[in-house]
Amino acid sequence: MKNIQDVLKERILVLDGAMGTMLQRYKFTEEDFRGERFKDWEHPLQGNNDLLSLTQPEAIAEVHRLYFAAGADIVETNTFSGTTIAMADYHMEDLVYELNYESAKIAKAVADEFTAKEPNKPRFVAGSIGPTNKTASMSPDVNDPGFRGVSFDELRVAYKQQVEALLDGGVDILLVETIFDTLNAKAALFAIEEVKEERNIDVPIMVSGTITDASGRTLSGQTAEAFLISISHIPILSVGFNCALGASQLVPHLEVLSSKTEHAVSAHPNAGLPNAFGEYDETPEEMAAQIKEYAEKGLVNIVGGCCGTTPEHIKAMADVVKDYSPRILNTLEAHNQ
Amino acid sequence: MSNTTDKEQHSTKRFLKLSGLEPLVITPESNFVNVGERTNVAGSKKFLRLIKEEKFEEALDIAREQVEGGAQIIDVNMDDGLIDGKEVMVKFLNLIVAEPDIARVPIMIDSSKWEIIEAGLQVVQGKCVVNSISLKEGEEEFIKHAKLIRRYGAAVIVMAFDEVGQADNYERRLEISKRSYDILVNKVGFPPEDIIFDLNIFPVATGMDEHKLNALDFIKATAWVKENLPFCSVSGGVSNVSFSFRGNNPVREAMHSVFLYHAIKAGMNMGIVNPSMLEVYDDIPKDLLEHVEDVILNRREDATERLLDFAETVIGKEKENKIDLSWREEPLQNRITRALVKGIDQYIVEDVEAARLSVKAPIEVIEGHLMTGMNVVGDLFQSGKMFLPQVVKSARVMKKAVAYLLPFIEEEKLKNPLPEGSSSSAGKILMATVKGDVHDIGKNIVSVVLACNNYEIVDLGVMVPPEKIINAAKEEKVDIIGLSGLITPSLDEMVFLAKEMQRQNFTIPLLIGGATTSKAHTAVKIDPQYKSAVVHVNDASRAVTVVGDLLQKESSNKYKENIKLDYADFRQKFLNRGKHKEYLTLEAARKNKYQLDWSKAEIVKPKTLGIEMIEDFDLNELVPYIDWSPFFRSWELHGKYPDILEDEVVGKQATELFADAKAMMKKILDGKLFQAKAIYGLFPANTINDDDIALIHNGEEYIFRTLRQQAKKYVGKPNFALSDFIAPKESGLQDYIGCFCVSTGFGTDELADGYRKNLDDYNSIMVKALADRFAEAFAEYLHKEVRIDHWGYAANEGLSNEELIKESYVGIRPAPGYPACPDHLEKLTLWELMEVKEKIGVELTDSLAMWPAASVSGYYFGNPEARYFGVGKIKEDQVADFAARKGMSLEEATRWLAPNIADD
Repeated sequence: MKNIQDVLKERILVLDGAMGTMLQRYKFTEEDFRGERFKDWEHPLQGNNDLLSLTQPEAIAEVHRLYFAAGADIVETNTFSGTTIAMADYHMEDLVYELNYESAKIAKAVADEFTAKEPNKPRFVAGSIGPTNKTASMSPDVNDPGFRGVSFDELRVAYKQQVEALLDGGVDILLVETIFDTLNAKAALFAIEEVKEERNIDVPIMVSGTITDASGRTLSGQTAEAFLISISHIPILSVGFNCALGASQLVPHLEVLSSKTEHAVSAHPNAGLPNAFGEYDETPEEMAAQIKEYAEKGLVNIVGGCCGTTPEHIKAMADVVKDYSPRILNTLEAHNQ
Repeated sequence: MSNTTDKEQHSTKRFLKLSGLEPLVITPESNFVNVGERTNVAGSKKFLRLIKEEKFEEALDIAREQVEGGAQIIDVNMDDGLIDGKEVMVKFLNLIVAEPDIARVPIMIDSSKWEIIEAGLQVVQGKCVVNSISLKEGEEEFIKHAKLIRRYGAAVIVMAFDEVGQADNYERRLEISKRSYDILVNKVGFPPEDIIFDLNIFPVATGMDEHKLNALDFIKATAWVKENLPFCSVSGGVSNVSFSFRGNNPVREAMHSVFLYHAIKAGMNMGIVNPSMLEVYDDIPKDLLEHVEDVILNRREDATERLLDFAETVIGKEKENKIDLSWREEPLQNRITRALVKGIDQYIVEDVEAARLSVKAPIEVIEGHLMTGMNVVGDLFQSGKMFLPQVVKSARVMKKAVAYLLPFIEEEKLKNPLPEGSSSSAGKILMATVKGDVHDIGKNIVSVVLACNNYEIVDLGVMVPPEKIINAAKEEKVDIIGLSGLITPSLDEMVFLAKEMQRQNFTIPLLIGGATTSKAHTAVKIDPQYKSAVVHVNDASRAVTVVGDLLQKESSNKYKENIKLDYADFRQKFLNRGKHKEYLTLEAARKNKYQLDWSKAEIVKPKTLGIEMIEDFDLNELVPYIDWSPFFRSWELHGKYPDILEDEVVGKQATELFADAKAMMKKILDGKLFQAKAIYGLFPANTINDDDIALIHNGEEYIFRTLRQQAKKYVGKPNFALSDFIAPKESGLQDYIGCFCVSTGFGTDELADGYRKNLDDYNSIMVKALADRFAEAFAEYLHKEVRIDHWGYAANEGLSNEELIKESYVGIRPAPGYPACPDHLEKLTLWELMEVKEKIGVELTDSLAMWPAASVSGYYFGNPEARYFGVGKIKEDQVADFAARKGMSLEEATRWLAPNIADD
């Protein structure tokens, strides 16, 4: 199988769309979330989408399958909240390893199915590493700005466990995504570097930040370029943005990344901005038109979707980008040492 | 159109890229990057004090000022023996991160301790600079730290330092930087653009031959590094280079500019430079430039001698330049404004007369010309461009002008009476130092500054009883009452006054200020007693803003509400915090007392026992003992003497103030205007019952009661009381104690009042501030005499003035009312024992403040283990025990000890 670095030089790769949006279609009840295994769990579990990898693995595999069939090159594991920190809400800290490991296995099995059917189009699995629900550089208490709800070390330890499980489960890529606080991401990157060193392996890393709103900054206050500088110390495969904004609002920020990084650039925006009912209603065609602009401008190497996107969106994007050559990577000036 | 639209390959350059909330990319075309270094406890006395006192808000202001002042990176350093560097680094960085106007620039995490650096790296999201690592501890340590820095995502400063020592010549700089670079780039995989070398800037013109090449070697090494170690940056602390010309700023400024001019040309691209200590290279006079360049570039054998000779003429020239009268040609308003801003009173009467002739009614000169000028003063002061001593001088000019106009205004009033109650003042403010307290420097300063801002001040002076304050407030219909006090019993007076104001249904705001007051005390003890606004104000510039907000008609209600909420909130937080503190019972604290090994103690018997008196001591002998730093502090200029004279912010002002102080001091010395008196005694003494010290004088026993720390300590840390430093009776050893009272306050009030009557608050405050310094100097002098001669336990001591101020001698002289013995009551025992009042005339007020104010009293402890400490908060059991020991009621003891009793 070709490695992803080589494929990136050939074409614009397509990442999958939203997992949550697809799972909503199943209208799973509390009982469905619990399954047989957790029927006596003391805390409510509905909404714990990551848990569905254990209790409804077929549904998860089916969503992956739909995205690959729509033309995705990469699917993300169902592990956005797979850390002890995020799982604390459900008191499922002890299940974190298993959740990540099984999710990776499910996605990898589906990817292998598709690669076997179509060997000239290898399919990849990216282990999704979310931001957790705590932030390391902002205080949750407005009256005590010096206070922090989570420390770098707590995050590092939690991320390390997630990373180890994802790698054991067979992911090809690690995707640190929806970064609203760069310090959280730096803890994740630190943990990944530790695992790489301990196992003496290399693994491609995708990093994807979130520009919160029209201010053009992350929730923790950084501009796109400051964000880029803050995460560029680790060798990464790609850097990009996802979530919060629709495809059109992302353009100026992608331009910054595209002109300043020597890595690949990714974008997986939402299906527009939420409407009055909190729903994302940009159609596949509308979104694809915007993605076409990315491709024409040579801004991106990887595109996909975040909240509100479906296999139909991904198919529309895949159809658009197949006609364009990928953004050519900048090279970093050599040093003669 | 974006340059990404063409699908061609581009090259990303290796630039040093840093980030806060915003990026900082340093390219070869970038201007020199200036690193702000005021948030460094080692470099800024003020910052250290704020951190020690946990005044993080004000510490943040320093960081903010630097960013606003153009610093592109801020260096944060918390290396000080007395603070927990790691904890404070994290705390301060967390607070910085919450301030977008500061956090927009990258942080330089500065420490010699790796654990502090690492703790800092863990709390900052942006790409920082670590300052610094080096090969000093060997390669292994260097590689380990570099790898971690890389993993945390920071750039690094590498000091030219290795296992052998610091690089101090050209070859060593090359050797170490090359070796460091090779290890970092090849072994660690550190990107070369993230390496910054600090190649050590050392002083030149020191008179020693081996220092002649210091600047030139740095510059040449910089060029070599830029040439041979691609993509690296070079940095350094520039002011070191001119170290030997401390005190001669024109020469230093020229040296910095010349050094930078050549170092930047060689490739130095960042560093710590004090922007106010920099002359524009092209503006340096040609002759000075030549002499300085000779030294920096070592162009002549005799360069240093020539610059030294030339430097003297440079000082002289600067003085001559000062008298520039061209401003007298400017229009009238400019002249008046300038006179006010610069505090020049020479021509003010002349100008005011001209102004008076130009308007219809004389009052218009005050409301027009003078207020226009004072508004400029106010704005400059608020924005930190003028300092307190200047403002007080401005007030002197203003008063002189108003005094000249008053007779004309009176005359005008007779002709055209004003309607009842009309006033041109912005508000009326009553100021008083509370009952039992005699300290008024701070109160006078705030009064002057408020008066400058067009408030009418009703100053009731010192030791003002509450009923007098209440009555005056009613009669004068004041808009605000301001209370001041320096000694702890004054805190209770303020609480009492707040209660009284509430009882009498006052609604006007109450301002609280003075050295022992605090926001905490105001919020917890005073604010709940009074339904209207109570505001703690501890410096003059804040007083103006607060009073302005309180009296602003449109928004004052909202402001007062907010103040009330703020204090309630502060109180809540404070009380919550207090709960975490654990205390020992007095019994347990006594068990954990400081145990001296008395079997090994070498107690020296004083040469002379008994009481001695000094009348009319020669003030001239005290001058070398003066500690000037607190003098500057009393004028709200913060910094350590003599460094403060060259401080980037307040240096110029401090120098001027110092010159005025010297002139006043000469006047006082020549005219013998203060009288210095002292009384002291040495007595056989022993500790009894753990906490009491019993001494014998003329066959009678006197007992000093001491207070013991009760806060729960870490294992191994004792709970101190002063009695621990005197041998207990049961040891069978005869120990000794000394007592003293000195005063240089006789004559102070007369002199100060003279100036005040002459509308010269500046010199009036100056006199009092100097009297305080003389008193402290007298205490220092006498202590030394006692150590060396009268007690004689340190007969061989030889200490410089600086060492004296640092208190590096053996033994201590704690003063009642201060942290080691916070209760003032023991002064009564001192006075009785030595008949202080009868012998030298220093009296005690109701609150046990000394009068005259410029007096110091205390004990002498001679044991080498004796040290200063703070008793801190004590519990009720100790208060009850103390009351029983003193033979007073619990209620009375509680009243005296109130500021030290822990809240539950």
